[in-house]
Amino acid sequence: MKALRNLLDKVQPNFEKGGKLEKFYAAYNAIETFLFVPNHTTHGGVHVRDAVDLKRTMFTVIIALLPTLVFGMWNTGYQHYQAFGMESSHIDNLLFGLIKIMPLIIVSYGAGLGVEILFAQMRGHAVNEGYLVTGMLIPLSLPVTTPLWMVALAAIFCVVLGKEVFGGTGMNFMNPALLARAFLFFAFPAYLSGEVWVDLTPEAGRALVDGYSGATALAVVDANYTATPSAWDMFMGFEKGSIGETSTLLILLGAAYLIFTGVGSWRIIVSVFLGGYLMGLFMNVLAPADAPTHIMHAPAYYHLIMGGFAFGAVYMATDPVSAAQTEAGKWIYGLLIGAFTVTLRVFNPAYPEGMMLSILFFNVFAPLIDHFVVQRNINKRLKRALQ
Amino acid sequence: MPSNGTINLRRGFDIKLEGIAPKKLTDLPISALVAVQPPDFLHVTPKMVVKQGDEVQAGAPLFHDKDHPEVFFTSPVSGEVVEIVRGEKRRILEVRILADKNATSRAFPRANPATLSREQVVNRLLDSGAWVFIRQRPYSLIARPTDTPKAIFISGFDSAPLAPDLGFMLEHAGSNFQTGLDALAKLTNGKVHLGLPANASSVLQQAQGVTQTVFNGPHPAGNVGVQIHHVDPINPHEVVWYIHVQDVVNIGRLFAEGVYRPERIVALTGSEATERGYFRTVQGVHLKELLQNRVNTDNVRLIQGNVLTGHKTNSNAFLSAYAHQITAIPEGNEYEFMGWLTPGFNKLSRSRTFFSWLNKNKSYRLNTNTRGEERAFVVTGEYEKVLPMDILPTYLLKAILANDIEKMEQLGIYEVSEEDFALCEFVCTSKINVQKIISDGLEMIRKEG
Repeated sequence: MKALRNLLDKVQPNFEKGGKLEKFYAAYNAIETFLFVPNHTTHGGVHVRDAVDLKRTMFTVIIALLPTLVFGMWNTGYQHYQAFGMESSHIDNLLFGLIKIMPLIIVSYGAGLGVEILFAQMRGHAVNEGYLVTGMLIPLSLPVTTPLWMVALAAIFCVVLGKEVFGGTGMNFMNPALLARAFLFFAFPAYLSGEVWVDLTPEAGRALVDGYSGATALAVVDANYTATPSAWDMFMGFEKGSIGETSTLLILLGAAYLIFTGVGSWRIIVSVFLGGYLMGLFMNVLAPADAPTHIMHAPAYYHLIMGGFAFGAVYMATDPVSAAQTEAGKWIYGLLIGAFTVTLRVFNPAYPEGMMLSILFFNVFAPLIDHFVVQRNINKRLKRALQ
Repeated sequence: MPSNGTINLRRGFDIKLEGIAPKKLTDLPISALVAVQPPDFLHVTPKMVVKQGDEVQAGAPLFHDKDHPEVFFTSPVSGEVVEIVRGEKRRILEVRILADKNATSRAFPRANPATLSREQVVNRLLDSGAWVFIRQRPYSLIARPTDTPKAIFISGFDSAPLAPDLGFMLEHAGSNFQTGLDALAKLTNGKVHLGLPANASSVLQQAQGVTQTVFNGPHPAGNVGVQIHHVDPINPHEVVWYIHVQDVVNIGRLFAEGVYRPERIVALTGSEATERGYFRTVQGVHLKELLQNRVNTDNVRLIQGNVLTGHKTNSNAFLSAYAHQITAIPEGNEYEFMGWLTPGFNKLSRSRTFFSWLNKNKSYRLNTNTRGEERAFVVTGEYEKVLPMDILPTYLLKAILANDIEKMEQLGIYEVSEEDFALCEFVCTSKINVQKIISDGLEMIRKEG
């Protein structure tokens, strides 16, 4: 490691002000601090610091995403071979998924980080680590068939219009990864709905199985909730959907890790699920008696295991920058997201997945929610002073 | 005696460090050189009363505050004013006194403060120089004799990392602590509050004429600001006073024995202190007396106070007026390869992102490394976990950064002091200097008047 450090120390002057590679300082700094925690010491305030930093925080989220990523790869292969009625081992499934998904991840990181570094250099600040997570969330929230150019477009859109136009990391008011996905959804609807969820690259000498349908649970639930895969399959993730969203079980595992480490807000995660479940129960009450398979009759927990509900609740709604920032506000924010998602799913058949828009919608309202919480604190203090 | 019962505080964090001071008291010989340092006192503009070469007794005025001429800063020892050290723009940094062997104090009439009027008590405190150890909230300034505080607060324990045991410090105070409390009781029409830890020593428990409140919980439960917030919070235009227990003892001695002898028991702590313990000396002592052969000096940071709120010093400096502890920890000016990626069994974090959570009771030899670079504010909910006050820390900080005075007032800036936010700064993922923001905000409000 000493040699590496010496090398960095040797080349560093080139990147500093006045050096010939001055223009690449942000990139150099990003690599240097990736390799070595800097030798900076405290001055002025506290003399010791907690070991956690933004790199560790983002890395923790990546760890929490890994199970869904690996399962997403496996499921990509599984769904593919199923479509052709082929027997396949776990390894076959995983390998197929790996080959299909790695390019998406590489393109997402490449394009996004490139733009991040460009902006950091232009604005003269260090590269923020937020994109480590964003860059993973983008492919995980897309169908495996998404063309690479669209992933690149999403990544660039995400960094530039999702974040940098608002002033950079920490200043954006909507979840950048989700905003990028919404952009793709509305700009290229054909690529994000319909028969896009399974990679149907032809297999030599094989045809799709008879009566094959690539529809997701959400696409069929509206007409007949009993036509969805079994609750067990949906919970475990043996279903069609975006790469990372299918396995509720593994997402909950990630949630447990985020909550345990303190990186993810348990208030938001719990309240989103709670809001969705309560609204599901409410829908049961309102359900039309003459249509026994109507979505409103679906057991409330169906909404939590279908589509992107769990993925959104755990990895998207919890983005601290775009979520409510007060602890009380987080409860309200989460409950509203969950409830609104189910409402959208039930009352808007043209748009089956409510999670994405619901989170973005309440990202916008999060400052308002916080405003009321802050006002309550102010009023309490005012009342005390007047006594 | 009246009691407020117990207040349980859940939020906060105890930073467990190596190098706690054993309860062993050593008397230091009176140092040859002591100093009174005007920069120790916030917003005091010194106007000299003595000049170089003057002989002074303990309790004799050295300078007074230009804006509050009745507030005198006096010599802690008898001896000769040997040097007035000035810095940039001739700002006075130190008034150095070479102590003589006689250790004589100006004589003050002995009196039971309970029999004196408020005015007599105030004048005695101002005259002797003991006054400057009574401070006010908001702003942590020296109390103004013209104010009448709504209450006076004394924290009976220090919960900061490696903090001295105040109960132990009081063990040798005899009845002076109680006499000091009696004097303070004269200064307010309200109550004198004494905050106690769950396992308070008998000296503290037996204190009379004060309202006792027990505070249960992690640091910053011992911060006087946190205690004020929970017992009698400060509203706009209100003032409360506070004072350290050791200074209560010095005030007691002033009345009971008729001498000004501002003692300081200093706890020498930290992993780089080789001979730790409690050392009895005098305010403003030259640190060499205290530190020589008792701390490692190679790549070590010496701190007057604790690791959260103290200030950097060196063994050639003088003890600060409000310091009761010296901490020695290693500097952290080294790189760590992939440090953010390691399992981190040895890395202290309030979060559980490192595996050090496996061993909750471990004490750490923390160094001064920042553990990462400063970043934009991203992670929410962290500050709230370590601030046991009904304050919205993020919003208060934002109001300060936006120079929004009205919002700052609405969000309770009068109730806070930078030390209450020290843990917020410690846990901050983005490595933001939170205490600096708070002190800037307080300064803005103070100037606004």
